Amino acid sequence: MKRRDFLKLAGAASLAGCASTAQSKARVVVIGGGFGGATAAKYIRHWDPSIDVILVERDADFVSCPISNLVLGGFSGIEDVTQSRDGLQRHGVKIVRDEAVGVDPSRRIVRLARGGDLSYERLVVSPGIDFLYGDVAGYEAAMQSGRVLHAWKAGEQTVALRRQLEEMRDGGVYVLSIPVAPYRCPPGPYERASVVAAYFKQAKPRSKVLVLDANPDITSKAGLFKRAWADLYPGIIEYHGNSRAVGVDAPGMKVKLELEEVQGDVLNVVPPHRAGDFAAKAGLITTNNRWCDVDWRTMESKAVKGIHVLGDATLSAPAMPKSASMANNHAKIAAAAIVELLNGRDPEPVKIINTCYSFVSEKEAIRVSSVHEWDAGQGTLVPVKGSGGVSAARSEAEANYAWSWAKTIWFDSLG
Amino acid sequence: MKQAILLAALFVAPAAHAQDPSARNLAAACAICHGTDGRGVSKDIVPLAGLPREQIAAQMRAFRDGQRPATVMHQIAKGYSERQTDAIAAWFASQKP
Repeated sequence: MKRRDFLKLAGAASLAGCASTAQSKARVVVIGGGFGGATAAKYIRHWDPSIDVILVERDADFVSCPISNLVLGGFSGIEDVTQSRDGLQRHGVKIVRDEAVGVDPSRRIVRLARGGDLSYERLVVSPGIDFLYGDVAGYEAAMQSGRVLHAWKAGEQTVALRRQLEEMRDGGVYVLSIPVAPYRCPPGPYERASVVAAYFKQAKPRSKVLVLDANPDITSKAGLFKRAWADLYPGIIEYHGNSRAVGVDAPGMKVKLELEEVQGDVLNVVPPHRAGDFAAKAGLITTNNRWCDVDWRTMESKAVKGIHVLGDATLSAPAMPKSASMANNHAKIAAAAIVELLNGRDPEPVKIINTCYSFVSEKEAIRVSSVHEWDAGQGTLVPVKGSGGVSAARSEAEANYAWSWAKTIWFDSLG
Repeated sequence: MKQAILLAALFVAPAAHAQDPSARNLAAACAICHGTDGRGVSKDIVPLAGLPREQIAAQMRAFRDGQRPATVMHQIAKGYSERQTDAIAAWFASQKP
């Protein structure tokens, strides 16, 4: 056997065992390969190749929530928002297709459903969101039957909801129920209402988009969305604030609000969110039984030492959205901190940028941006005064930038 | 020999500054649109890797002061101090295109 082959085998074997390889400085395990986890895995290796990084991920491919609303409108295919994670291997990230089921933080070991135990010096948890189904009576049964969907994690439900919209009769009502904030992607529901309306306008002009928002008003880019709806979709989009879904009646195709019931032909009810399941299993949830508070200089959990939590699962800093841009940037804060800590140095706070594009039709988009920096007095990241803002107006130029941003952040996170 | 080492040290000094993790971390936030280390992915967004530092810094200031029209960079550039703007410019200038 050639020495190189032996090393290859040894490398493969070390995945299953507990110890780091002899040459490596330390091992970092990353749970979850979305915008947060994939970026953390890549950047730790990029910034210090002597650190071993193992990424644990359930699914074969990455399906992007950003841009996926275009799939619902029929303006893109699910394949356009589906990406491979193979690019991470070029950075030396080892990818394990498995599910993390528990962690022992005192021994620094993660338990996998199939692959046994993995030891770590630092653990990164980027679990995304899961849903508080219990807050909407009858939801789980309705979802199992396929009659009510959230499509708030891009993938099978996105495709299924697109099919329901295609099959809906002209003159039908598409009901979109939005949970009370905070939820993943603040402008996402309003983008969804817009692109579904764009589809109806072209293909089923007698149909309606009925938006039931648990929040009192549009939570992001409100002026730009209202302008677009008035200009492009008069008589198609009907918006109701302060309209929280408390139940669903799948056989009757009704959404139950606190005081009334609303009938629809397609029911897209998005339940309230909390941090993804693994955050609960790992004891990382600190706030309202929902979110994970972190030290924003390092992303280290305030509940469990040695574990860094990223993305939508975090208890958001002031005026910070749960977005792909933020998850990617959380990952860079964590990667920088982990590299410093594993090299015996003190991490420094990192300044980060959020940018979110929303399509208001198949060819025009709007944007919101902000810059966030560490404030020692407040002990958190805060928006930099005088920076940030929204698009001057909806435009085709912003739609081109939306696609450029998407392709670039997919590559920055996964490539 | 000693002189040669000193001379070499002088030559690597700017590169060492460019590897400053705080400049690297500042610049990493830009990668969501400008690409990892400023190596662009999309033809619509300027790749920053290897551009002259004076050019990057001047453009950031022009965006910040409203002298160069923009869709987004005028709002982002206002989030950075003079020192941070220069550090970001130096870091991208030191990257391979």
